[in-house]
Amino acid sequence: MSALAAILAHPAVWRGDRLGGVATPGLATGFPALDAELPGGGWPTAALTEILPQHEGIGELRLLGPVLAGLSAQRRTLVWIAPPYVPYAPALQAGGIDLSRLIVVKTRSPKQTLWAIEQALRSNACGAVLAWPERIAWPELRRLQLATEGGRALAVLFRPARAAADASPAALRMSLHTHAGGLAARILKRRGAVLDKPLLLPLQPVVKRNMAAPRNHVVDRPQLPAPAPRIVPAGIIPL
Amino acid sequence: MSIAAACALAPDLLYRQRDAAAEAVACAQIANWAVQFTPAVSLQPPRGLLLEIEGSLRTLGGIGNILEAIRRGAADMGYTVSLACAPTVCAAWLLARAGSERIFAGRRAIRDAISPLPVSVLDCEPRVSETLAAIGARTIGDVLDLPRDGVARRFGQALLDQLDRALGEQPEARVFFTAPPRFDAAVELEHGVTQAEALLFPARRLLTQLAGYLAGRCAGVQQFKLVLEHEDAPATVLDVGLSAPSREAGRFTLLARERLAATSLAAPVIKVRIEAGEILMLAGETGGLFPDPAADAGDWARLVERLQARLGTNAVHGLAPRAEHRPERAWQATARGHRIEPVARRPRPLWLLEQPRPLAEVDSKPRYRDSVLSLIAGPERIESGWWDGADVKRDYFIAQTPDSATLWIYRERRRPGGWYLHGIFG
Repeated sequence: MSALAAILAHPAVWRGDRLGGVATPGLATGFPALDAELPGGGWPTAALTEILPQHEGIGELRLLGPVLAGLSAQRRTLVWIAPPYVPYAPALQAGGIDLSRLIVVKTRSPKQTLWAIEQALRSNACGAVLAWPERIAWPELRRLQLATEGGRALAVLFRPARAAADASPAALRMSLHTHAGGLAARILKRRGAVLDKPLLLPLQPVVKRNMAAPRNHVVDRPQLPAPAPRIVPAGIIPL
Repeated sequence: MSIAAACALAPDLLYRQRDAAAEAVACAQIANWAVQFTPAVSLQPPRGLLLEIEGSLRTLGGIGNILEAIRRGAADMGYTVSLACAPTVCAAWLLARAGSERIFAGRRAIRDAISPLPVSVLDCEPRVSETLAAIGARTIGDVLDLPRDGVARRFGQALLDQLDRALGEQPEARVFFTAPPRFDAAVELEHGVTQAEALLFPARRLLTQLAGYLAGRCAGVQQFKLVLEHEDAPATVLDVGLSAPSREAGRFTLLARERLAATSLAAPVIKVRIEAGEILMLAGETGGLFPDPAADAGDWARLVERLQARLGTNAVHGLAPRAEHRPERAWQATARGHRIEPVARRPRPLWLLEQPRPLAEVDSKPRYRDSVLSLIAGPERIESGWWDGADVKRDYFIAQTPDSATLWIYRERRRPGGWYLHGIFG
């Protein structure tokens, strides 16, 4: 029995009913409910994370806002590889990200994207690597997962929601969808027991309450009446 | 022996014409590289190089380290060297020429060291060496044992002077090699090379030379040109840039590899040339007493260089906001590390579309992917730019799809109007 206990105490052995042990603590996500469910208490470093949003625009980037702001404040470098649109500088700055620590890498082919991600992960020079690969297969994911293991970067791949059904070697996989007007995350894979209930994440709203206009705002105002003709009293010479 | 006779004796013989001009160029190239060990480098034609290293012993960590570095560097450049080290230049040259790789200090040992060498290593006319052989003087020791006045009479003062210089009894004046102000070196390839990646090997030889040349000048380069010359086509010029001045051969090679991998050759390459014009003074790097684990500037610069070498310089950039009302102009791509002033802003999306995307309109309400958008904030009127031709007259709204994706849309106020998607609150 003591032999079994010794084996179970080994750090490489994980028991299905608890969260996996991690060598390095995670980076706090800024959402306590999410931190509690992630091994290491936050976004994993030195491991691949996949985020699969149901649609774009539901808050997939705002979810990473706190951790990116924290890393850039520690003077760590953030690399965005092959983003689908222009990362908009004024909004990033308003989100607390130090833009002098951020680099955008544009690529022309899926092969270049994968190459750039691997270089960034292997360089050991980045605090966070965010990438939007067009398509990526299991062997390539495995290669990237191995590349992350030597480093200490937060590595996040954004993939379409339909990729949720495919197998992946990533340490953490999370699908995002909207729930009652807010953002909900479903952890598809983590180093730990399966979590079947979605987590509601209280994101900062885009618009503050006092700025919001009523819904279905009338855009066109009715035409104003024409100004009255100018009446010039007799005896006064108009200028 | 004639080539025909030699070939008759050894049918597998490979022979080449000796090219004195190429030897002189190679010597000058090695001298260019060797200035990193000492400023006192002198050429010994046709194929010798003399380095005065006594002054560098302490700086470079002893004779063993220096000889090791010379051997390794020469091998990287594709040369084999015969090294000898002696208290006088002439003795070192005689030893090296004889292929006896002796290393010693102390003038008293010179006589013993050079005595067993054959007379053929001496620089003298063929007539003199024939006569020496005829009188039975086969080694330098034999010549030294001959009476001086007789040697002077029969073989001239030059032979005696040479022996005196070797023994350190006469001073020797040498003209030191001066490195050219810009680096330009080439390797000719015997067969035309069609695979760009196969050019890395000759390029690495040249880059090793470049690194030595830069080390001798305490300098670095931020960019260099890799020129691939073809037989009958204009040369292919690859500009290789670094994010900071450097003189590390390994780093140069890595960048050259990326450039070569991305290059397709129009014609076979017959010559590889490296040119570096802008030589920048490089202060010695100082390591911190307590290295900061979070500061990863060095690795970082290397990563950016690698990415830029493969993807193009414009593909890797930083971001900065600009004080401008028009959203598409309120940001700019910058070099990284640019200082950025904070700008207070209204709500803006994290993603901006490079080209606004037209949205369908039904009952003067915008639609996105077959669903009506509900406007949750706005309008924010942006009207600007009439002075530079990029006139903008728009009413911006924050809109939401039924599945709660938040978008940034605008209504064009100029004719013909219409709704456009301009950003996504990711």
